[in-house]
Amino acid sequence: MTTANQRLATMPASRERRWLRANLFLVLRRSSQAFFLLIFMIGPWFGIWWVQGNLAGSLTLGVLPLTDPFVFLQSLAALHWPATSALTGAVIVALAYGLLGGRAYCAWVCPINPVTDAASWLHRKLGLKKGWQPPKSTRLWLVAVALVVSAITGTIAWETVNPVSMLHRGLIFGMGSAWLFVLAVFLFDLLLSRRGWCGHLCPVGAFYGLLGEKSILRVSAAKRSACNDCMDCYAVCPEMQVLSAPLNGSDQNSPLILSRDCSNCGRCIDVCDLDVFKFTHRFDRTPAAAHAKRPSHTKKIQGQLPGQISGEIR
Amino acid sequence: MSALTKLPAKVADRRRFLQEAARALAGCCVFGLALAKLSSDAKALPAQALRPPGALDEGAFLAACIRCGLCVRACPYDTLSLAEIGSDPGLATGTPFFTARQVPCEMCEDIPCVAACPTGALDKGLSRIDDARMGTAVLIDQENCLNALGLRCDVCYRVCPAIDQAITLDLQHNARSGHHAIFMPTVHADACTGCGKCEKSCVLPEAAIKVLPTAIARAKPADHYRLGWEENTPLVDELIDLPDRLPGPGTDNLAAPGGFEPSFKFPEAGQ
Repeated sequence: MTTANQRLATMPASRERRWLRANLFLVLRRSSQAFFLLIFMIGPWFGIWWVQGNLAGSLTLGVLPLTDPFVFLQSLAALHWPATSALTGAVIVALAYGLLGGRAYCAWVCPINPVTDAASWLHRKLGLKKGWQPPKSTRLWLVAVALVVSAITGTIAWETVNPVSMLHRGLIFGMGSAWLFVLAVFLFDLLLSRRGWCGHLCPVGAFYGLLGEKSILRVSAAKRSACNDCMDCYAVCPEMQVLSAPLNGSDQNSPLILSRDCSNCGRCIDVCDLDVFKFTHRFDRTPAAAHAKRPSHTKKIQGQLPGQISGEIR
Repeated sequence: MSALTKLPAKVADRRRFLQEAARALAGCCVFGLALAKLSSDAKALPAQALRPPGALDEGAFLAACIRCGLCVRACPYDTLSLAEIGSDPGLATGTPFFTARQVPCEMCEDIPCVAACPTGALDKGLSRIDDARMGTAVLIDQENCLNALGLRCDVCYRVCPAIDQAITLDLQHNARSGHHAIFMPTVHADACTGCGKCEKSCVLPEAAIKVLPTAIARAKPADHYRLGWEENTPLVDELIDLPDRLPGPGTDNLAAPGGFEPSFKFPEAGQ
């Protein structure tokens, strides 16, 4: 695989600009993740209380309440009708992700994402096996389990074990042994199941995916006609199953990546040398010519799933 | 799969669908049971962990508290903290609590923790902090309490924000010395907020008075019990309404002041 760094070596001119071009969304995304952590940390660290609370519920500048809609829904399932503040916060958050892409939460905010991304990076470097790959529907089942168990036990059930809130709350309020849960997620993704946590199991991400079913902001394979099947995007995409239909569709098929699994991380835009991908909106009807298939490639691709392809080209 | 390929396509599809649905359901049941066990175990609040003022009953509280920590931030005395997994065993992870012996509740009049709660896990209906019921103080060791030994410590009584209501000093005979009094600290649960100041300030290395969850601290009288001296109304309407017998002539309450004084006396023994 031609990685972004290898490409750099062959193009010494204006190195920095090329580096930025090949890592723009990664840099933005890490900055965003750091921002959403630090904005909560400057309170306990420096006494600057712009934002209080954590990702489950927060209060910004004393006026803006925000509530995690998945936690909120479990609370409802447990038969508690929350006060107005929590209700308002949940509606605001749900609307925001409903517009920006539900799983944008996963890529741009969630504190577990750097952990699983690190596991995935190391997984790639060490050339490890894919390991256990439960069906993609597993996380949706887990959403149902979390809601049903909340209703049966009368508690917000997923919060008992949720490593996402444990890490975020732990960093702000005190970790206890929660770092063990984080380590467990890292090792799970590294050794047991590639992209296993975020890609197959986490019901929080799955719920946000459902929220963003009709989200406005989407990535499109607009210039798919230029695609040369280098497979960089498949290798780097944490939800590679979302790519094949828009990328390989015919002239009539939309190049928009409309799958709710896409986290709008924009890494495909970064890694593509031929600028196939771009951010756009879901109503973008710009026609996109189909990607010209070379016979050899077509033959190879047809018999295999995208996951198997990227497994080979490492 | 080889067995499936021999079947007609429709049957094979149906069978595959049923198999996969059964697999998913079985997985959900196994995982759901484990999660249900963990979640319901978390309802067993440890006896020494107190919830903030206005907290709903533990069962309802865990349905309502989203573990955001806004109450912790609102508390001006750093009384509250969020339970950490591993460090605070038995407590539902991330839920707010305080330990009276470390930092008790200072009972702020504006109750900022309740005001900050976005979900109502801390009940907004609590408007007077004196109405808070975080637990109930119990003089748990009457063998080591200095006052119970006949000394005058009185610290729990002095620090109580509801002095002379939640804690009184009840005079008792000191049977050990025979001629001293014991000033026994006595908790009156109907006025005790469970703030924990008594437990915090007990001078013993391990507090003799402790705030416990009210369900542990208190007995529950049977619903049909009637305390005659508190009943002002007839027990059964219009059936029994006996005339009140006041001390005075014509009654048999001979010893009472103003009672009937007989005109004769029995001769005393020895005469």
